[in-house]
Amino acid sequence: MSAHGHSEDGHKEGYDFAHPMPIPMLLGVFGALTFLTVVTVAQASFDFGSWDILIVMAIATVKASLVMAFFMHMAWDKPFNVIVFLGSFIFLGLFLIFTVGDSQMTSGSFEPEVDDVVPTVVEATP
Amino acid sequence: MSTIEAGSEKAHDDHGHDDHDHPSFLAHHFDTPEQQFDSGKLGIWLFLVTEILFFGGMFCAYAIFRSLRPDVFEGCSQFLNTKLGAINTGVLLFSSLTMAWAVRCSQTEEHKGLTAMLAATLSCAMLFLGVKAIEYSHKWGMGLLPAGMYFYDPANPHPPGQPNYLLYICAPFALLLIGVVVWLVLSIVKGNKFHVDCAKPLTVAAACFFVGVGVGTYLESGDSHADEHAVHTEHNGHAHADGTSDWHGHGPADTAMAIKEEAGGESSVMELLATDATNSGLQSDLEARERQAALAAGSVVSDDDEITGAISSVEENVLTPRKAGIFFSIYYCMTGVHAIHILAGIGFLVWLLVRSVREDFNRQYFGPVDYVGLYWHLVDLIWIYLFPLLYLIR
Repeated sequence: MSAHGHSEDGHKEGYDFAHPMPIPMLLGVFGALTFLTVVTVAQASFDFGSWDILIVMAIATVKASLVMAFFMHMAWDKPFNVIVFLGSFIFLGLFLIFTVGDSQMTSGSFEPEVDDVVPTVVEATP
Repeated sequence: MSTIEAGSEKAHDDHGHDDHDHPSFLAHHFDTPEQQFDSGKLGIWLFLVTEILFFGGMFCAYAIFRSLRPDVFEGCSQFLNTKLGAINTGVLLFSSLTMAWAVRCSQTEEHKGLTAMLAATLSCAMLFLGVKAIEYSHKWGMGLLPAGMYFYDPANPHPPGQPNYLLYICAPFALLLIGVVVWLVLSIVKGNKFHVDCAKPLTVAAACFFVGVGVGTYLESGDSHADEHAVHTEHNGHAHADGTSDWHGHGPADTAMAIKEEAGGESSVMELLATDATNSGLQSDLEARERQAALAAGSVVSDDDEITGAISSVEENVLTPRKAGIFFSIYYCMTGVHAIHILAGIGFLVWLLVRSVREDFNRQYFGPVDYVGLYWHLVDLIWIYLFPLLYLIR
C-alpha cells in the first residue's frame, strides 16, 4: 500500500488512500501505446515469415502490459489483486494449450476421420 | 469462543462508528472508505477475470481455426480495412487515456475536469461504434457474412438490391441523438441547470457517432481502389481454381450418388466375399470404392493431391462460403461481443457522467469511477489483441 506514504499528514487511518497518477506519466504511456500501434501496423507490410505472429503478439503483449501497469494502476495495486488477475492468464493458458493441442491431435479438420474397415474373420464352424 | 470474541469486536467497532461521523457515501457495513474501496476493487478484478476467460474461449476458436487453415485467414483478412482498424485502435487508446485521467480527476476532486474526461471517453466510444457501423454495413452489403449466410461473389462484389444496412444501424443512434437534443432544448427552456449540464456532454457524445460514420465513409471510399485490387487478385484465384470449386460445390452429392448406384448391386456380394481375410484383392477393391464414395460425399477431407495430382498445384480458392464463412463467423463473433462490451461501457459512463455532474465523487469516494475505468481498460486490452490478429494478417 504505497498509497499510504503518499500524503498522510494528520489524516485518519483508512481515509486517505487515493493515489492520483501524474499527468506526464499518463501522457507518456499514451505516447508509447500510440508508437507501438504504428509499429504494429508498419511491420505488417514486411515479411517475417513464421516470426510474424510472434512479433505481433509480442508487441500486443507489451501494449497490454503498459495498459495494465499504468492505466489500470496495477503497479500500485494490492499484490492479491495482481495475483488474482494475472492468475486468470495462467488458467487461460492451460485452457488454450489443452484445447489447441487436442485439436491438433485429432484430424486436419473437425470432420470425422472414417476408419478403414477392419476385416472380420469368419470363424470356421466345426 | 471465537464467535463471542468476534461479536465483542464487532460491538467495539460499532462503537467506533459513532466516534467517526459516518460519511454519506460510506455504506454502513464498512468501517472506512478505504475498506469500502478495496472490497469493490477486489470485486471488479474478479469480474475482469471472468471476462478474460470468456474472451479466451473465442481466442481459442480463433487459434484452432487459424492453425487449421492459415490460408483462409490470410485471404479473408484482405477484406478488413486496416486503416479503419488502426483508427479505431487509436480512438480506444485515447479513450483509455481520458478514462485514466478521469480517475485522477475524481481523486483530486476536479469535478469539471472529471465531467470533461468522462465526456471525452464517451465520445470516443461513440466514435468507435460509428466506424464499426461503416465496417459492418460495408461487409454485409458485399455478402461477407458468417457461415450459412455468406454469399460473396468476387465477380459481382456489390450486388444491387441489398437493403441499406447502414441506415438500419444508424437509426437507433439517430433517435438517441434527437432524444438527447430534445432533452437539452427542453432543459434549457425550463432553466434546469443540472439537466443542461448532463445533456450537453451527452449531445456531444451522441453526435460523435456520426463523426465516426463520416470518417468511416470517407476512408472506406478512399480505400476502394485497394479493395478492388484485392478483389481482382482474388478473382484470378477464383478463375484458376474453378475446377476445384466445382468439385467442392455441386459435384460431391452427384458423384457420391453415382458411385453408390454403380456399386449398388455387386457391393453386397463383394462385401460378403471380402469378409474372408484371404480375399485381399477384393478387400482392397472394396476399400478403394468406399474411400472414393466418402471423398466424393465430402465426409472425409483428404489432401488435395491425393484426389487429383494436377489440381493440387493450383492455389486453392479460400473464398467459398464454407471456408470464408468460418473466418467471418469468428470475426463477427469476436468484434461483435467486443462492441456489446463497448455499449455496456457507454451505459456505465453515462451513469458516471450524471453522478459527476452531481459532484458525487471525492478523494475518499472515487470507487465507481475507478471500477468502470478498469472495465474500460480491459475492453481496450482485448481490442489491442483483436486488431493485429484480425486486421494485420498478410
